[in-house]
Amino acid sequence: MNTLLNSPSVKNITKKMSSLHFVIAILFVSTLYVSVCNLMFAEGSLLHVSDYTVSLLGKYLCYALLALAVDLVWGYCGILSLGHGAFFALGGYAMGMYLMRQIGDRGVYGNPELPDFMVFLNWTELPWYWAGSDNALVMILLVFAGPGLLAFIFGTLAFRSRVSGVYLSIMTQAMTYALLLSFFRNEMGFGGNNGLTDFKEIFGFSLQSPNTKLALFVATAVMLAIGYAISHFIVNSKMGRVVTAIRDSEDRVRFVGYKPQHYKVWIFVVSAMLAGVAGALYVPQVGIINPGEFSPLNSIEIVIWVAIGGRGTLYGALVGAIVVSYAKTRFTAIMPEAWLFGLGGLFVLVTLLLPKGLAGLVTNLMDKIDPPATEKKPSSSDKNDSDKNDFNKSKSDDATLAAENK
Amino acid sequence: MIVDKHGSPLSSVDNLKPDTRHGMILYVEDVSVSFDGFKALNDLNLYIGDGELRCLIGANGAGKTTLMDVITGKTRPDKGKVDFGQQIDLLTLDESEIARAGIGRKFQKPTVFEALSVFENIELSLSGDKGIWSALFHKLSGEQQDKIDEVLQTIGLTVEQHYPAGRLSHGQKQWLEIGMLLAAEPRLLLVDEPVAGMTAQETERTAELLISLAGKHSVVVVEHDMAFVRSIARKVTVLHQGTVLAEGSMDEIQANKDVREVYLGEEQA
Repeated sequence: MNTLLNSPSVKNITKKMSSLHFVIAILFVSTLYVSVCNLMFAEGSLLHVSDYTVSLLGKYLCYALLALAVDLVWGYCGILSLGHGAFFALGGYAMGMYLMRQIGDRGVYGNPELPDFMVFLNWTELPWYWAGSDNALVMILLVFAGPGLLAFIFGTLAFRSRVSGVYLSIMTQAMTYALLLSFFRNEMGFGGNNGLTDFKEIFGFSLQSPNTKLALFVATAVMLAIGYAISHFIVNSKMGRVVTAIRDSEDRVRFVGYKPQHYKVWIFVVSAMLAGVAGALYVPQVGIINPGEFSPLNSIEIVIWVAIGGRGTLYGALVGAIVVSYAKTRFTAIMPEAWLFGLGGLFVLVTLLLPKGLAGLVTNLMDKIDPPATEKKPSSSDKNDSDKNDFNKSKSDDATLAAENK
Repeated sequence: MIVDKHGSPLSSVDNLKPDTRHGMILYVEDVSVSFDGFKALNDLNLYIGDGELRCLIGANGAGKTTLMDVITGKTRPDKGKVDFGQQIDLLTLDESEIARAGIGRKFQKPTVFEALSVFENIELSLSGDKGIWSALFHKLSGEQQDKIDEVLQTIGLTVEQHYPAGRLSHGQKQWLEIGMLLAAEPRLLLVDEPVAGMTAQETERTAELLISLAGKHSVVVVEHDMAFVRSIARKVTVLHQGTVLAEGSMDEIQANKDVREVYLGEEQA
């Protein structure tokens, strides 16, 4: 019995199980804490959490969900997508369209049917693709279908032609840049460079009300927990192992009898939908969606969150997104022009010193306290093997060294 | 859609068994492949018998790897036919379908899934449904567990089964890759340089393993190590400039004048 409990597989399972429960527990407790402090304590009280902070935290959680989506394709499947901002923005636009229609005749021009920008452009009727946009169910469908469809078409074309590596990353950048340019155009019917804004209410609740803001924050936390549970299920299923195998050796996977392109498209679509949901939750909390969200720079920033947090660990992506976004909020208030240099510097430092990100740091520390049972070297007289181990060892030594220096 | 060589549709490649009633498992006929004018394979003919252990030798550039690529669907020939058993036309299938039809391939450089454990490497290679939905809700059956244990036993990695494959020694990775092929229960194994970089002892064990596989599986081994070829081969095929130069037992091959000239590099006195 004792040996069974100590066997590495059982240990791994308990480790994996606890990461899911741990993350959801933390999410639950912090959401509860923020809600209680926002509702129960008056302004001026030490424990009070302001409405502004609630929306800010909600924004961070959207970023966390977005980072989770990128980690799923990059960390596990090795697809370095530099265009996930596009899926996020598409989800956001789907929500934005719905919110625009909820304004009704309270707009500047008082047109009950047409959003202000359409009246301004002298349009007389809604474009066909705005049909049904005032329906919440259509909106929810679009939040999934928009990013999902784009990811499916892009993924099918790219992965069937076996485009991978740097070429694929460049294509994803081009994709989001092309969308940026087209959404800037007034003729597209999405408000041009102003985007969609001036939202009044969601599902009949005023967006200005503190309670709605809190509800949106809680909804984001719930969606993040669901997204995390889904991702956790995927990466711990055989699907997750196939996808990891594709990352390590796509050819081998093919010669074992799987069709890697199907798996890649599937995980790419799931990831795009998660990003779309994040975008949809983001828009009502920040009150605007404009083409700037398609900016290639945004997509690169997401990848940096994941790299800093630790790719290939789901919780690492969450930590990376939240920590970097918080730092951004802080530093852009102090020295706005220095932020991008800071971000770039952080990325370089993490790549050099913490190849597994903050999550790798945590794992290293935990292994020091409680060394894993697999630590015993494989019995072998072969030289190649010790080379490889030494290489890994020096890497992890770097990481622990960096940890001690902090 | 998957069709057999007469053009009639087949429901699924997974239900396909190569028809070996004529005693042959692989027919390669008049196959030519050229890359930018360079003829890598030139009207090559090769027949592999069911259950046979065959060694392929040849100098660099003789076309050994290209031949493997053609059989496994990685490279499409300019002309010729490649049939698996009497009825399966391999030229209509892609790599993954060929693998599921029962042809396993071991690469020259050991290729395993480094981040996964030895056990998981074998698990992914088991024969069975390779679709997305079955992967998502897959549960390991007792039968599959037994199969994995059996394979681990065969390749001698039972103790190491929970190590990440990336931490195995070079020789162990070679075996793991062979184990992955065995887990797929292929009818035909294509093995590219299995003992490259192995110690003498490991080489010996690999030879035993390959000999034990023949009969139940058909095995084609590409190898440079002549001592190794001599130790395992009943029949040897020599490739030269994309065609078969000679075929026969090791003794016959070594006595063959053409072979001595082009492969063993002996000048005519």
